[in-house]
Amino acid sequence: MLEIKNLHASIDGKEILRGVDLVVPTGEVHAIMGPNGSGKSTLSYVLAGRDGYDVTDGEIIFDGENIVETAPEERASAGVFLAFQYPLEIPGVATMTFLKAALNAQRKARGEDELTTPDFMRRVKAASEKLNVTQEMLRRPLNVGFSGGEKKRNEILQMALLEPKLAILDETDSGLDIDALRVVSEGVNALRSPDRSMLVITHYQRLLDHIVPDKVHVMSAGRIVRTGGPELALELEAKGYADYAGEPA
Amino acid sequence: MVAVQETVDQVRQIDVDQYKYGFVTDIETELAPKGLSEDIVRFISAKKNEPEWMLEWRLDAYRRWLTMTEPTWSRVHYPKIDFEDLHYYAAPKSTAGPKSLDEVDPELLATYEKLGIPLREREILAGVEGAGSRVAVDAVFDSVSVVTTFKDELKKAGVIFCSISEAIREYPEIVKKYLGSVVPVTDNFYATLNSAVFSDGSFVYVPEGVRCPMELSTYFRINERNTGQFERTLIIAEKGAYVSYLEGCTAPMRDENQLHAAVVELIALDDAEIKYSTVQNWYPGDKEGKGGIYNFVTKRGDCRGDRSKISWTQVETGSAITWKYPSCILRGDDSQGEFYSIAVSNGYQQVDSGTKMLHLGKNTKSRIISKGIAAGRSDNTYRGLVSAHRKASGARNFTNCDSLLIGDQCGAHTVPYIESKNASAVFEHEATTSKIADDQLFYCLQRGLSSEEAVALIVNGFVKDVIQQLPMEFAVEAQKLISISLEGSVG
Repeated sequence: MLEIKNLHASIDGKEILRGVDLVVPTGEVHAIMGPNGSGKSTLSYVLAGRDGYDVTDGEIIFDGENIVETAPEERASAGVFLAFQYPLEIPGVATMTFLKAALNAQRKARGEDELTTPDFMRRVKAASEKLNVTQEMLRRPLNVGFSGGEKKRNEILQMALLEPKLAILDETDSGLDIDALRVVSEGVNALRSPDRSMLVITHYQRLLDHIVPDKVHVMSAGRIVRTGGPELALELEAKGYADYAGEPA
Repeated sequence: MVAVQETVDQVRQIDVDQYKYGFVTDIETELAPKGLSEDIVRFISAKKNEPEWMLEWRLDAYRRWLTMTEPTWSRVHYPKIDFEDLHYYAAPKSTAGPKSLDEVDPELLATYEKLGIPLREREILAGVEGAGSRVAVDAVFDSVSVVTTFKDELKKAGVIFCSISEAIREYPEIVKKYLGSVVPVTDNFYATLNSAVFSDGSFVYVPEGVRCPMELSTYFRINERNTGQFERTLIIAEKGAYVSYLEGCTAPMRDENQLHAAVVELIALDDAEIKYSTVQNWYPGDKEGKGGIYNFVTKRGDCRGDRSKISWTQVETGSAITWKYPSCILRGDDSQGEFYSIAVSNGYQQVDSGTKMLHLGKNTKSRIISKGIAAGRSDNTYRGLVSAHRKASGARNFTNCDSLLIGDQCGAHTVPYIESKNASAVFEHEATTSKIADDQLFYCLQRGLSSEEAVALIVNGFVKDVIQQLPMEFAVEAQKLISISLEGSVG
């Protein structure tokens, strides 16, 4: 599904990713852990194609194609989804309106028919109930005045509706209390499927108690420096990242 | 959001040639010689078969204008206008004034059809289900009104809707009583010029207690080269009357600048309400800032009666320069004024617009919601005055001015003036300036929206409060227009 080869990327001339190699097979959930400043969030932005990050070397093979030069909206329609650490607010635009615009934009890009309003409403209703997202919340402007938990639930709701092939979750646990974390994790787990890969980026092990990964990678100074099973997360929790300080970024 | 999708489709269709109203109608025109003199004023008056008193009124304005100088306080820059290099009268040869549709030049009907303004009543009726959403139209082409629809039906309700030229001939007593009573002849340089040479415009009179049975609208079109358009509109709502009036404007794409200096006067008597909406889409000039309309407009409403209400809603997307401050004089006790504005500027456009709310009566209320959107290399200024006079006890105002910047080469400015001579007045002012942030845009792109779709969505969210004030048919049109105006502003 996803194969990253020797990926180098910099922002404002400063190199952040220094040769990332990573393979996430279809249907697997991989976690990336690492100290602050190791390049985890940069990796998520580069995978999603954010403007301002220069890929200076390497490849991102998604679904058999190198997408390094592909525009972010095309990657989205092809099935790359990023759950943001800090979801953005759009005043005056109802959450429902945004969801519909996004879903139909992707369908259109893939040559599929746009959803009718009743079809769309049915899908939203089904997905939102599982995530405790109320109708009232869907009518509010996107993320405006949402609590931390509401914002993250809304991200997972979008993921459920957009049905991506690859979901990247960037620090989805940040800003969540334990109850919100459980709701969000259950939402993510419900979306695990043999056709879908996930890349869970987190600083803390606690998220991985709820979303148990197939593999754990440790990132440091812009590289994947170690790969192991779920037990690696526990080891990191006990020992910290001191062993992986690496060269300063 | 259907409108967003429509917007985007429209943007795609239009592509490079984004100003779709830029065509020129090939029609024989009668022009006054270039320049301005007493003779030209007499010429215009004679063309319109005006009575002597009207000519005197014009000549008086002309003489006063000669002593005045152009205002320079607004935040707009342009080369000095040569007022001797303009035609002050242009009329399609075939039409001397409004008459029945059968007599209107087919070329003109085709022009309005192309602009999406149906003038044939039968077609309007056929095209729309239910009589509720019919709109009566007065179509003004260069200096003359070519046709006014639904006149007879309005007349049955007692409503007079015709061109101002016709009103001067047919209803001189009403015109004499109200013309210049809200915007005095010497109000400002452009208003005085307009008083001398005004060409055409609409006249509306709604008698006591009548609720106008349909929306009224005027569609202004400048066609002829090197022509100034000086529209004059007068709307009177008698006691307890209600009228909603819409105004739309377009012009061909031309390299040289064209002048449009209008005066609009509204008078609302006791318990009357006037709602005036504008969608202004004059040609804004090309990508290098060449050409476009200079739009210097004086619009003012007088809430002359107690409990009267005047509401201005404007969507300004066109013109090279917009200089416009639709205002309310809140003279009657408990009267209310409203100003809702969306001003979009792109390319090299310059907008200096806002309102004046003058509280004279007791317990008067006003509300100002202004949304400025600046993109490209444009400048967008909100300029407003809220004042309470000594006797205006209990005056209240709420002002909200938001600016949205797209890109990093445009400017947004807010210049609010507040004057209160009454201790019981309560004025509130809120203002924000924001930018379509890169991360906001990226968030939308990541969800699959294109840059254009993302900007349309964010902008439509930003202007929502004002769009909601527009009549339904105009709201969709306005949303489209805003997105088209901003096409190419990102990426």
